[in-house]
Amino acid sequence: MSKLETQHAVEQFLYCQADLLDAKKWQHWIDLFTPDGVYWMPADPADKHWDGVPAIFAEDHNLRTVRMKRVLHPDAWSQRPLWATNHVVSNVVIDKAAKNGDVVARSRFHMMELRRDDVRHFAGQYTHHLKKTKSGYRIKLQRVDMTNAQAAYDYVLQVWV
Amino acid sequence: MLQERIADLAKFVEPDRVRKEVYTDAAIFELEMQRIHEKYWIYCGHESQVPKAGDYYTVQVGRQPMLLVRGKDKKVHVLYNRCPHRGNMICGDRHGNTGEFFRCSYHAWTFQHDGKLRSIPMMESGYAGTRYGKDNPDCSMKRAARVESYRGFVFASLAADGPTLKEFLGESKIAFDDMCDRAPGGEVEVVPNCFRVIQHSNWKIFLENQLDALHPSVVHQSTGRAAHEVEKDIAKKTGKAPLSYHMLSAFATVTIDKWDNFQTLNYPHGHCILTGYMGLRPKDPDTLAYEKVMHKAYGKERTEEILGVNIHHVLIYPGLSVQSPLQQLRAVRPLGVDKTLTEIWHFRLKGAPEPIYRRSLAYYNLVNSPSTLINADDLENFWKCQQGLGSDGGDWVSFGRFHGRDLEKDGVVETGPGMGTSEAPMRNQMKAWAQYMGGAR
Repeated sequence: MSKLETQHAVEQFLYCQADLLDAKKWQHWIDLFTPDGVYWMPADPADKHWDGVPAIFAEDHNLRTVRMKRVLHPDAWSQRPLWATNHVVSNVVIDKAAKNGDVVARSRFHMMELRRDDVRHFAGQYTHHLKKTKSGYRIKLQRVDMTNAQAAYDYVLQVWV
Repeated sequence: MLQERIADLAKFVEPDRVRKEVYTDAAIFELEMQRIHEKYWIYCGHESQVPKAGDYYTVQVGRQPMLLVRGKDKKVHVLYNRCPHRGNMICGDRHGNTGEFFRCSYHAWTFQHDGKLRSIPMMESGYAGTRYGKDNPDCSMKRAARVESYRGFVFASLAADGPTLKEFLGESKIAFDDMCDRAPGGEVEVVPNCFRVIQHSNWKIFLENQLDALHPSVVHQSTGRAAHEVEKDIAKKTGKAPLSYHMLSAFATVTIDKWDNFQTLNYPHGHCILTGYMGLRPKDPDTLAYEKVMHKAYGKERTEEILGVNIHHVLIYPGLSVQSPLQQLRAVRPLGVDKTLTEIWHFRLKGAPEPIYRRSLAYYNLVNSPSTLINADDLENFWKCQQGLGSDGGDWVSFGRFHGRDLEKDGVVETGPGMGTSEAPMRNQMKAWAQYMGGAR
């Protein structure tokens, strides 16, 4: 793939990732990961590895499945009020493109969330370690460095950002 | 109007019910801050948060912005975060190191770590013949009236008189003993991360929920069931799921009727212990390795005593919920009558093997982080409580479950066998609240 084609393919993948979250297609979103893929939102931007440190999210396939099943349960009370999110993803930079097609990409996101009448904003940087497979990219690591990571949370984060 | 209500406060609390205004009235909130939070012992932080001279953390005690700071004398001081000159806040960051001394950003007054005035620019010429200077204590940063620590956990009281910290804690000090004794080194060390989550509800709603053994299987059913399904799936594939899945699935597998097997122990001052085995001693290699280190440090008999302590968590009224077997705590900072900040910390057992730290870290991340799989539903209920209490749909909050069947001995109320879901902890907290508000010592 040319540089331009890689850039385009990665951008399309990142947009798709954000779309699935906004559309609450949790299983489709989980399927974007490799079987050993990790979703990580560090508590401290200086952390280098997701394991063994406090983290806002540090979820493998099993924990992502727990979260999905939880929010889909009819008695997940916090899910009752209607809520919606809107992600915008931009500033996509390819940091590394290996010969086998694997890619490390950085991008910026902005997510607006509406819950009942309350609006919250979250923004930050995504770092995606993507594996090239026959059926397109799969996420080995999605690192989410949120600008508001260390700020007090007005209520919690119920699902992935 | 306010005076009338204050005079009537005793009428707000009956043994098995409480007026809704106790949760919704801003004037009552102000009084609570005066008579409870700014008077009794409030948790400020752990000594290991400020290891070096000049290290500080800001902390709210009642309505007062305070500083927890390590002095050159190695002592930990608690000061009002306020310059005595024009009232400027001294430290604007949440935490950091102030260097050799504090320096006000407005007119450069400087202060020692214990708050004493150090210098004022052109002090001689500017203040000669005035009442201001180093000899006037009003020119130093004000200190908390009393500061004491227990096993490294620092508390402040903003009132000069009152019980000592140890007297105040009473039996609830087991929260810190249980936590520290589980360390082969006999001490814990803070994990330098604080999760901060705001609840849109009165501070007492959170405290009451901490000992409410009826709610988990109702409120946390979704997470319990989800974790249980995945736990079974992992067990099928690999033999055994990590303990953190069990901790979550217990919310579903411990069905509502089984919570009556738990027990609460209710103490003077509003403190309370919820007992309950947390399944922390599976016979896996990690636990066995930890037990071996414990045996070396304490001997077999003492180790059994320590690891056999049967505590789920401890509530230290009015502002601390400690989950000692998992080395984490939530400090409650009331921000307003309907707004409460929780600060959530995790501690490392000194001398314990890494997997034991990781086991409780998993709980910290899954249950106590801002992406919590558990508290999301609690906070939703707290908000709903606050909304409902603001309405004229009723005047009372009822705490009648198992009322009249508490076993009381020497001022300690135990819930009897099969009454774990008793609302005794709420009754006990409100009894203490009424005493505090009435001006009791």
